[in-house]
Amino acid sequence: MKNNVIHRTNADRAFDTLDYILLTIAFLLVAYPLYFVVIASVSDPIAVYEGRVILYPIKPTLEGYRRILSYTSLFTGYKNTLVYTLVGTAINVTLTITAGYALSRKELVGRNVMMMGVMITMIVSGGMIPNYLLVRSLRLYNTMWALILPGAVSTWNLIVTRTFFQQTIPDELREAADLDGCSDTAFFLRVVLPLSASIIAVMVLFYAVSHWNSYFNALIYLSSTSKYPLQLVLRNILIVNTLDDMVNDVATQAAQQRMGDLIKYGMIIISSLPLLVLYPFLQKYFVQGVMIGAIKG
Amino acid sequence: MSTLSPAAKKRHYMLKQARQHWQLYLFLLPTIVYFLVFRFYPMYGLQLAFKNYRAVDGIAGSKWVGLDNYRYFFAAADFKTLMFNTLSVSLGTLIFSFPLPILLALLLNQLPSIRYKKLVQTTVYAPHFISTVVLVGMIFLFTSPSSGLINKIIEAFGGKAIHFTALPRWFVPLYVISEVWQSTGWGSILYLAALAGVSPELHEAAVVDGANKFQRVWHVDIPGILPTIVIMLILNAGKIMNVGFEKAYLMQTSLNIDASEIIATYVYKRGVLKAQISLSTAVGLFESVINMILVLTVNWISRKVTESSLF
Repeated sequence: MKNNVIHRTNADRAFDTLDYILLTIAFLLVAYPLYFVVIASVSDPIAVYEGRVILYPIKPTLEGYRRILSYTSLFTGYKNTLVYTLVGTAINVTLTITAGYALSRKELVGRNVMMMGVMITMIVSGGMIPNYLLVRSLRLYNTMWALILPGAVSTWNLIVTRTFFQQTIPDELREAADLDGCSDTAFFLRVVLPLSASIIAVMVLFYAVSHWNSYFNALIYLSSTSKYPLQLVLRNILIVNTLDDMVNDVATQAAQQRMGDLIKYGMIIISSLPLLVLYPFLQKYFVQGVMIGAIKG
Repeated sequence: MSTLSPAAKKRHYMLKQARQHWQLYLFLLPTIVYFLVFRFYPMYGLQLAFKNYRAVDGIAGSKWVGLDNYRYFFAAADFKTLMFNTLSVSLGTLIFSFPLPILLALLLNQLPSIRYKKLVQTTVYAPHFISTVVLVGMIFLFTSPSSGLINKIIEAFGGKAIHFTALPRWFVPLYVISEVWQSTGWGSILYLAALAGVSPELHEAAVVDGANKFQRVWHVDIPGILPTIVIMLILNAGKIMNVGFEKAYLMQTSLNIDASEIIATYVYKRGVLKAQISLSTAVGLFESVINMILVLTVNWISRKVTESSLF
């Protein structure tokens, strides 16, 4: 018996050790590339080029950031994305919360048919080209609305919201309000909304992040560069490599490329900063959102 | 009036309900309009797959051409390459990015230190919030043959720098590795939630029976989250042909195009850039139909084998 106990703790200890080792590897594999971007963005580009920047910045410089700040397209992109994110998220959340609430109510005649319709859109869709034709024929092409209206409600988020209301608003509460002659709108505004702070937070975060990070709709629906969101501006710099104005003054091509890399590392930081700084504080809401979805899914 | 049939009574009751709660329909109105216009109407546009679209004729007025678009597509030289590339990317992604979140969740769930668990979680979730553009930008920077971190490491070990983004054979590995890096942490949340639902009594009973942690993970944790695993597998199977356009398109270079041209990027180039509307609609529909068949098949198999299914 005693042997048995010792044997067991040894196996458990082996498990725990392995657990710590594997998770530490996972932690480093995720954290190091992110950390490297940060230190590379403030290091001497020659040191980065020679592979000497490994654990901390070498010959710290803000040259990259200085050049980025003089690049006006970036700020146009930033401003556009802010507008698209604010307007888009406001529409997304308003529609998702009101529709999700209505669909959670048993009294809603035709609820099952509507839910069926919603579910169908998860499996079947028109696809890229019919959507593209639709946006053109509605004359939304090259307007902000082309980035907002086609994704006004996410099916998944709608289902998550409905599940939330089904679980948090008891039928009895509603019935009591009915007896008091309280209308559906008054009940929604006075009782439901104050109880739904967490689902609203979750939805704001989910939608805002997807607006902030999206580039696909802008790529196919926008033609004027002055309307480009941040991600399209970034694409031109990080991927299409159009840096001319920012590195023209640098003498040799090799030096231009090194300066370009420095600028790119800085761009990554500047564009991802709002999310990466806010995220640890908001993490619990994101996780909560996934969990509500998991209960149903 | 007292002779109303039960069906008529029910209809009468429903009408009364609907009238009493008319405001709820007002709540729904914008969303219903949205779904009809932006979700269902494009499905009507799918008929273009069997037509020869001309802008002047519109969707309804264009001529029917039967399966001509498909005949053209299946006979085209790039058909086999497109299928092969799409399947390589998606199966490669599925094989790695499906099991790893499960493993990560099992490891996190058994970690004795809560604080270390929190730290690892916060870190591994973070890449989920990085945009695709930034992610691909990082791939280009890290794999740059002259200055990229990965090539510096290869050179430090005496190897020769590899121009990863210019070589077709590196396209799928880069795609899959970056996918795993970005999504494994976030993907583990669902399984952690499922693991939190595994009864502690089962673990206590297993301890009394002398089971060590390896055995408890294998015989208690994994069976406990099996339904979640099955559902996630079905959902993922539905995406096999539906490789995300966003990342593949950004990772495409003129040099790796042989491996990086997938169905979605082909549809975009043919439809949006070259205005071959009918052909690209047909190809898009082909992709969705295969996805649907895959979902339903995996769903059917899992219902037979494990008794859990999505539909």
